[in-house]
Formats: sequence, C-alpha cells, structure tokens
Amino acid sequence: MKILVAIKQVPDTATQVKVGADPRLIDTAGITWIVSPYDEFAVEEALRIKEKRGQGEVVAVSLGPERVKEALRSCLAMGCDRALHLNDAAWNGADTLATARALAAVIKQEQPQLVLCGRQAIDDDMGAVTAQLAELLGWPCASWIMEEAVDAEGTTVRAARQVEGGLEVFDLPLPAVLAAQKGLNEPRYPTLKGIMGAKKKEIRDVKAADLGLGAEPSQLSVVGLEALPPRPPGRIIQGDVPTAVKELVRALREDAKAI
Amino acid sequence: MRLELSEEQQMIQAMAREFAESAIRPIAAEIDREARFPHETVKRMGELGLMGIAIPEAWGGSGADTVAYVVALEEIARVCASHAVIMSVNNSLYGDPVYKFGTAAQRERFLTPVASGHAQGCFALTEPQAGSDATNQHTVAIRDGDHYLVTGRKLFITSGREASFALVFCQTDRARGHHGISAFIVEKGTPGFGVSKTEDKLGIRASDTAELVFDDCRVPVANRLGEEGQGFRIAMGALDGGRIGIAAQAVGIATGAYEKALEYARERRSFGVPIGQHQMVQWMLADMTTAIEGARLLTLQAATLKDAGKPYTTAAAMAKLFAAETAMKVTTDAVQVHGGYGFIKEYEVERYFRDAKITQIYEGTSQIQKLVIAREVLGS
Repeated sequence: MKILVAIKQVPDTATQVKVGADPRLIDTAGITWIVSPYDEFAVEEALRIKEKRGQGEVVAVSLGPERVKEALRSCLAMGCDRALHLNDAAWNGADTLATARALAAVIKQEQPQLVLCGRQAIDDDMGAVTAQLAELLGWPCASWIMEEAVDAEGTTVRAARQVEGGLEVFDLPLPAVLAAQKGLNEPRYPTLKGIMGAKKKEIRDVKAADLGLGAEPSQLSVVGLEALPPRPPGRIIQGDVPTAVKELVRALREDAKAI
Repeated sequence: MRLELSEEQQMIQAMAREFAESAIRPIAAEIDREARFPHETVKRMGELGLMGIAIPEAWGGSGADTVAYVVALEEIARVCASHAVIMSVNNSLYGDPVYKFGTAAQRERFLTPVASGHAQGCFALTEPQAGSDATNQHTVAIRDGDHYLVTGRKLFITSGREASFALVFCQTDRARGHHGISAFIVEKGTPGFGVSKTEDKLGIRASDTAELVFDDCRVPVANRLGEEGQGFRIAMGALDGGRIGIAAQAVGIATGAYEKALEYARERRSFGVPIGQHQMVQWMLADMTTAIEGARLLTLQAATLKDAGKPYTTAAAMAKLFAAETAMKVTTDAVQVHGGYGFIKEYEVERYFRDAKITQIYEGTSQIQKLVIAREVLGS
C-alpha cells in the first residue's frame, strides 16, 4: 500500500514569534524549524501501517522554500521511503487552497491509497488544507483521528475521530484522507541509522509546471500581523485581611465581573 | 575554518536532546538518589544507535563519526551524567579498541552485540595499586595451551556488573614491564570471573562502578585482542578516544548546570531586582558560558582530528583537562548562584556539582592530562 504524508515545516514550538519588518510576515531570523507536531503523528501512523502490512511505501511531501528539505529529511530519518518537495517560486505566499491544489495535483500523479496529514499546522493553525485536498480529489476525509485500522485487503479504513466526550467511528473507502490528532500514537525518534541513511534517500524537487500548474494568486491575503499585547501585571491588594478580602470580592464582582 | 555541524550531526544532536529531555530527565534525580542502573533507558539508547555511534554498520554500529558522538553525548550529559558515562565507556573504551584491533571473528562476536546496544562492554585497566600509574599491572595471564589463566583484581570498572564483555588488561610477561601487557576480552559467566562489589559513589551514582575479580579464569587465546605485549598501547589508544567522550560529558554537565543558574538568575529576586541584575552574578554567568564555549570547541577539535585520522592525543588531553576543570568550576558557581537552594537536592544543580567531580579524575586525572600535554610540548 502506498501512503502519502503531507507535512508542513513550522517554527519550533519554543520560538518567541516576532512580527517582521514587513508587518504581514514573521521575522524568521534565528528560528529553528521543525516538522509540525501533528504531522509527526501522521508520519508515525503511516510507518506503522507499512510495518504492520509488511510492505508498502511511505512518501513524504511538503510545499515550501528550500529549507523545507530539512523537514523532509527528518521524515526520511524516521523511516519514510522518499520525499517530494513542491519547491517553486510560483507557490510563494500560497494560501491553503493553492497549497491544496498543488498537493492534489501531486497526489493524482502518485496515486497513493491513503493520504495522512496532521489535523492542523501549529504555525497559522488554519486546519484547512486536509478538507480542501479531499474535496479537490473527491475523496472521503476524516479529521482529528485518534485510531485507524486499514482492512486486510487495503480497500477501506476504519477511523475513530475525537468528538466531545468520546470517539466517532467511520468506515471510509480508500483512497481517503485522514488528519491526525494528538493521541493517535507516540512518534518515534529517528535512530542514528535512520539519520545516516536519510541522505541516501531521494528528495525530488517538483515544479508547478511538472504538475501542469501555473502561478496562482492567493485568494487569501494577510493584511497584517499584530503581536499580542503584553499581559498586564497582576494586582496585589494591600491592607489587613478583612479589608483586602472585601476589596477582592468587590474587584472580582465589579471590575472583573467574574462572580 | 568552518564551525558548523553537518545536517546529520544536527539531526543526531536534536534526537539526543529530545530523547534526554523526554525519557531521561524525568528519572534523573530518582536514579541518582537510589543509585539505580537505568536499564530501560540504556536499552532505548541502544535501539536509537547511541551505544555504537562511530562503529560501522557492518559491526552493529551507526556508522556516524566522532563529532556526532560528541554532540550526542553532550546532550545526554546535559540531563544526566550517569547515562553519559555508560554511553561513553561503551563507545570509546570498549567499542573503539575492539573495532580497531579486533579480527573479523572477534568483531562479530564481541563488538556487534555491544555496538548495537544488545549488550554492554566495559574496560578493565585500573587496579588497587594501578590508577594513574597504569603500567603497574598486577593482574597476570599465564599461557596454558590454547588458553590463558587470568588472576587478579580490577577496580572502579564502569559498567563492570552490567557488562557482558570485559576488556581486561593483564601482564603476560612481567619482565617486560608495560611492554608485557596484553588485552583480553572476557565474557561474563566465564568460570573464575566474578564481580565482588559495587561502589557507593559521590556522583554518577546511577552508573555501575564495580570491582572485578579473576581467579584462574580460563580465557581462550582467541579472546586476546591484538598481539601479546600490545595491551598497553591498546589501552592508551582507547583512553585517548575516551577522553574526548569525557570532555563531552563534562561540557554537558557544565551546560546543564549553567542553564539552571541562568534560569534562576532571571527568576530569583533580591534587593528588589532579579539577581541576574547584580554584577557579581553577571560575572559568574559570563565566565561560565565563556568557559563552556571554550571547552566545547576544544572537544569538537579533538573529535574532528580523530575523524580526519590525524594525531589527537594532545588535543584530547587538552579538551578533557579544560572541560573537566570547567565542569567543576561551573557547577560550583551554579550552586553559588542558587545560594542556599543550591545546596538542596530539589534544585538539581547539587547533582551536577557532585557529578562534575569525577570528570577531573577518571580516564586520566587532570594532573595526568597536564603530564601528557607537557610531554608533547617539551618533546620528551
């Protein structure tokens, strides 16, 4: 079974994000880039499906600038067989729909039986690409997956998705698109052998023209980014206990309207 | 000169850091307190390929290099010095010489299981009367047909109880002094080979430090590593590599303690400001981070020379000396920055302080490193 995992390279979760000189972009200086954590669940699940079935191929794919190769290399180190890098100036500033169109085009070429993604990327948290991709492909889609089981014939997948208070279980005919939620699995660390072997695996550059696509203007445009206002300092209520408690209750009731 | 890790080395470093933070950090204080060998995490280090980093894949290793070994070891030591020494001994003091001097058959039998992390190896040179004076070996191996009979005691052997294989140095010809020392691989369970005690230590308490006893232990000639009389050279070569590992361990310990001190200096307030605003604390932090950078660069330089196949004995001695002294100084100051809290176990820097001390002692004391360096510069 061929499985394609779509991943996104994002700033490390520990990054203190700053608005850049162009207020529509973040300042990328000094940022450590990682594979978006939800996408790591998707990679791990794809590898487990392959291992369980004893055969198959896991292809990692990502759209973005040259640095995205590092993220793809991490996926190869974890165990993906090869990678595709959608790397073309035509996709600069691609919004979710343009990204989904490019991914859909490469998926049509690759013809995997299953596409796995993270439920959302942790940078802009749009969470839109998976659904757009499934729509463009005309494939069924289930997101926030906590469990999955592909049947022995590789024709359907049973997926349990997280809903309020429990799991909702679906059977989806394959090919299908699944989006991973935290809890699906515990992603493996790449082993040293995996890391050393990753260099020998292929990362193929894919251009827009290779997919029969041209430059596509984004339908979404970022107007501006604003940093969160600094949190106001806490207020310490002075005075003896009875007075302070009285003031606290008043402040909670009248100022904060919390009680 | 380029000071940049390759993409693989960066990935190995990131993996070691993540593993150390998520798997080792939660147990580090507990295994120190209980002096408990961390079987589960050491097994996982083996699965990840951290127990035979620079050994070729054909012999169970990961096929990376000494620089990768150094950066990974530093990350492990930054969280737990005990795990770091277990890893260092397996890689440098056992794996490296068995790879370098072993025949194909010996590598297959004695290296593959150790480099792949399925078993551990230890290095048995030190004796009660032979520490820095390592030539003064009293353990003897007397040839008896196709065997040797080994008798003697080995002291302070890291992983001595846990290891399945011991690289043991013995006199095969006492008249020839250190030219009469030979190296043998003795398997656990060989009759006449026992572990008599485990030491209760100041630091690196979760690592296993044992005394090995040999009493007419019959070791096949096929287990001799290298030629008769080559043992001392094998031991010194292994220690050259080992010193790079211990230097990396010391850099890791210093870094871990420094990070704690930095965090504390930002949070702890005295005289109305965070203590990091006081110049005397600033001085300590500046000295700490500068010394750590220096120690790290010396360590990477020694590793780079080893990878390039160039002489690295002096570079390794300098790295080990400077890194060990740095670790002791930095951990001492890290406790000082914490004041009274630094003296309390809950605040972790106390453990780093205790762990740092051994780096000035094992695999050649700081004094021995100075001897090695001085001999080199004087050409004697």
